[in-house]
Amino acid sequence: MSMTGVLRPGHVQIRVLDMEASLTHYVERMGLLETDRDDQGRVYLKGWDEHDWFSVVLRPADTPGMDFTAFKVDSVETLNRLEQGLKDFGCEVKRIPAGDLNHCGERVSFVSPMGHTFELFAQKDTIGNGLGNVNPHPWREDLKGMKVHRFDHCLLYGDDLDGAVKLFTEVLGFQQTEKVVVGPGGSVQIASFLTCGMKAHDLALIRHEEKGKLHHVSFLLRSWEEVLHAADIMGRYKIPIDIGPTRHGITRGRTVYFFDPSGNRNETFCDSYDWYPDHPEITWTEDELGGAIFYHDQQLNERFLNVVT
Amino acid sequence: MLNYLNQGYTIRITEIDEQFMCRPQEMLLAGMVRLGKRGIPIGCRSGGCGVCKVQVQQGEYATGKMSRAHVSEQEEQAGFVLACRCQPKTDLVITVVGQMRKATHA
Repeated sequence: MSMTGVLRPGHVQIRVLDMEASLTHYVERMGLLETDRDDQGRVYLKGWDEHDWFSVVLRPADTPGMDFTAFKVDSVETLNRLEQGLKDFGCEVKRIPAGDLNHCGERVSFVSPMGHTFELFAQKDTIGNGLGNVNPHPWREDLKGMKVHRFDHCLLYGDDLDGAVKLFTEVLGFQQTEKVVVGPGGSVQIASFLTCGMKAHDLALIRHEEKGKLHHVSFLLRSWEEVLHAADIMGRYKIPIDIGPTRHGITRGRTVYFFDPSGNRNETFCDSYDWYPDHPEITWTEDELGGAIFYHDQQLNERFLNVVT
Repeated sequence: MLNYLNQGYTIRITEIDEQFMCRPQEMLLAGMVRLGKRGIPIGCRSGGCGVCKVQVQQGEYATGKMSRAHVSEQEEQAGFVLACRCQPKTDLVITVVGQMRKATHA
């Protein structure tokens, strides 16, 4: 096995103001599947092509935003090793017992220099993708709305970007695939795209005055046609679109952004490139930032850049 | 054509002297967006980001779910509301107070 250590994004817990409206949004419109509920009122969801029990947890609250996002690691040994690395780095670290989230093993929780709570875990129960593992069909016929394939990544806003990039690359073994630099001689980094596997990004971080903010939670689609279909669903059900459908220069993603009923931004996107560990890091500069973010109209958009939860 | 769309409650934004009509059952911000009017910054349109925060100076309205990070209970009682979650019940006079206010008032 060539992929070791941190494997992939595992789950995200999102705060929602109105659970009923949120379930209409995430299940009926986006096509996530409900797989469990717990006595805290949390609802567990997954994309159809994910095998683990859940990847999205909705928690009722009176403010929107992200409680935490988690990465799955390859073993308990890795979990223990990385926990020590996080402590040595100076992170606030705690162990959360198995079963705190239904179907999930023990989690190592830590706060990054940008103020977000992240988790690592090694075990989660398998529920499967509904197709079986012997002679499976390639697709399901019971999916709703945008039919998102999986939870893909989060983009987070916070203050100490340099510290967070150092933590993810030096302690957790991520690689930086792309970055945005501004200021004299490109001396200030304002964005980092980080991978733990073969995707252009498993986590995106942007410099911002406030700690711990959520820019968006992203879900994978497999074609431009599916992105346009997602936008059709937004039109049909009056889901507020933020921007798109369009393309990013950064990561090459083809995308549409919209808001859930609590104002948390979602993305559905397709395409990118395969990342191998020997690939060069890509740099974007201030003079081409418009096209880096929105490749078609080459213009920055204040709402996209400033609205966070 | 737009002259034929003026049915409902009159929403007047102080300071910039803009006004538009909001239909019964329609959220204040949705009414502004539908008519292509400006004045209130447009954010998530879902009660979460706080960008469209206004203070109602005159008039009656109902509210939907709003983030407590942007409208405290005390503020809510003082007429602060997110325009995307404010349903006018009469004509309204409002002041824009959201964080991106400069963008539209510059």
